[in-house]
Amino acid sequence: MTRRLGPWPAYLARRLGAVVGTLVVTSFLVFASLHVAPGDPVAFLVQGRSPSPEAIAAVKEQYGLDQPFLTQYLHWLGGVLHGDLGRSFQFRENVGSLLTARLGTTLALVLMSAILITVVGLAAGIIGSLHAGRTADRFVLVLTTLLAAVPSFVAAILLISLFSVRLGWFPTFGAGTGLVDRAYHLALPSLALSLTFIALVGRVTRSAMLDELGREHVEVALSRGMPRRTVVRRHVLRNALGPIATISGLLVAGLLVSSAIVESAFGLNGLGSLLVQSVDKGDFPVVQAIVLIVVTAFVVVNLVVDLLQPLIDPRSLAGTAAR
Amino acid sequence: MTALAVSVVGSGRLARLRSAGGGWLVVASALMLLAFVLAAVLAPVLAPYDPDLPVLGNVLAPIGAQHLLGTDQVGRDTFSRLLFGARTSLVGPLAVVVVATVLGVATGLLAGWRGGWVDAAISRVLDILFAFPGLLLAILAVSLFGKGVVAPVIAMAIAYTPFVARQVRGLVLTAKARPFVSAYAVQGFGAFSIATRRVLPNIAPTMLAQATVLFGYALLDLASLSFLGLGVQPPTADWGAMINQSRGAVLLGQPLSAVVPSVMVILTVVAFNVVGEELGDRIAKRDR
Repeated sequence: MTRRLGPWPAYLARRLGAVVGTLVVTSFLVFASLHVAPGDPVAFLVQGRSPSPEAIAAVKEQYGLDQPFLTQYLHWLGGVLHGDLGRSFQFRENVGSLLTARLGTTLALVLMSAILITVVGLAAGIIGSLHAGRTADRFVLVLTTLLAAVPSFVAAILLISLFSVRLGWFPTFGAGTGLVDRAYHLALPSLALSLTFIALVGRVTRSAMLDELGREHVEVALSRGMPRRTVVRRHVLRNALGPIATISGLLVAGLLVSSAIVESAFGLNGLGSLLVQSVDKGDFPVVQAIVLIVVTAFVVVNLVVDLLQPLIDPRSLAGTAAR
Repeated sequence: MTALAVSVVGSGRLARLRSAGGGWLVVASALMLLAFVLAAVLAPVLAPYDPDLPVLGNVLAPIGAQHLLGTDQVGRDTFSRLLFGARTSLVGPLAVVVVATVLGVATGLLAGWRGGWVDAAISRVLDILFAFPGLLLAILAVSLFGKGVVAPVIAMAIAYTPFVARQVRGLVLTAKARPFVSAYAVQGFGAFSIATRRVLPNIAPTMLAQATVLFGYALLDLASLSFLGLGVQPPTADWGAMINQSRGAVLLGQPLSAVVPSVMVILTVVAFNVVGEELGDRIAKRDR
């Protein structure tokens, strides 16, 4: 066992290095995008507003626009690393505190959706794979095929139309206060956000389970008289979890971006709706910050998934996992 | 967008569904797509009304003989807007897929064929691009270049490129190991000529299958952008924008003008997925 876990530090170092590399390049791209915008950066940053000389001086100072490009980037990156994400033009407030105030709603929304996706997606995939070719499986396949094509904004509009307007069961607006009220307010938004991803996780689970079900060791276990339930739980599901976790990690980016759509549709004050609003108002520092946060969250989640892989399947470290 | 990863990994999941229901699903999907394309092309001929002309006396009309699919919140004919909306809704994704395929084939071919440090460098860049979902890059593009469709389409094509490139790279590596490639090399064909004229046609069908599935996702992303009010701008008809503009009517309990374009989006994406996976399956069978 110790021998197999031997390369763990090397693996960790390699993954961490890749993550840091990705984040550095990302931050550079996000910063440099300012200079890709047509026209003078100062004019772009203060677009549409009538800037006072002080405001122009403040923008120049914040982005270090008098300095050479690389110095600008390092200056900006230093600020970001110290939690200074700049100042929002539309709210005349620090971007950092602006984001913190709205983080809660987005986190609650994404968390509720993640739970829904994991529970329903896994259940659908497992049920489908265990009844492969029969009615239950066909039902899962038809439903996931359909749901995978329902974008979150369509789901949002249809859910609002049916459950909020027609039936009056749920609110159409706001995120609520307190735990229960918040969960109630976020029920439809998280459902709208989840549907596509439930379908995708369901399909991935189904195919990963089918792959494992067809393996010899499963047949051997069954032929030795081990109960099917036990085999499915300990031999099939356990082995299928690795690939499911990997793909679920990749879905996180889409989940975060789709939350922008759902937040806008349901009038929630989260990071996503702030992003859309900031693009609309030409508030570039906020846009930069949120893009950076989304990419960072995606990279970190996938790092965690990768680091968890050896716990799910110790063979993955030794490179002997059955593929 | 990340749905791409899954669709690529999980192509062929529909096999059992089809064997259960026969090939009718594929045929129906293909015919439907053909009909949508025809409708988009013939929109000026088929549309009974001017899609952008508001008739304030005839707001939110129900389905009827006058207006086949009713009217929207400013009295525009939904059916006419649906037809014209098909143009913007289908041309955008087409551009995304074409650009992404060209970029992806070029980089994937280069990475797979040259190998070594070129491959390592390209693979690293692609890995980083994977962290940028298409819609996020599109939103960033809008914030830089203003609302519209051109900048988001280019941004999205860049975000989709890694999915194509990775697949092409894998296919090229497989093709490179096959005897016909060394046979050409022995005959004195140059590497570039073999790669572009012999290997490329070999992998083209697989690329077509992937492009078909990508089209569906590009359509979703672009429609989402228009729903956010950042893509296609009013009064131009677009399915996503139509849904966005009908939000007020939905809250008034008049969802028809939102439901109609919603159904179109879902049907189109399902059809593209079904056809794309069928193509993928056929190629897999051929290669086996």
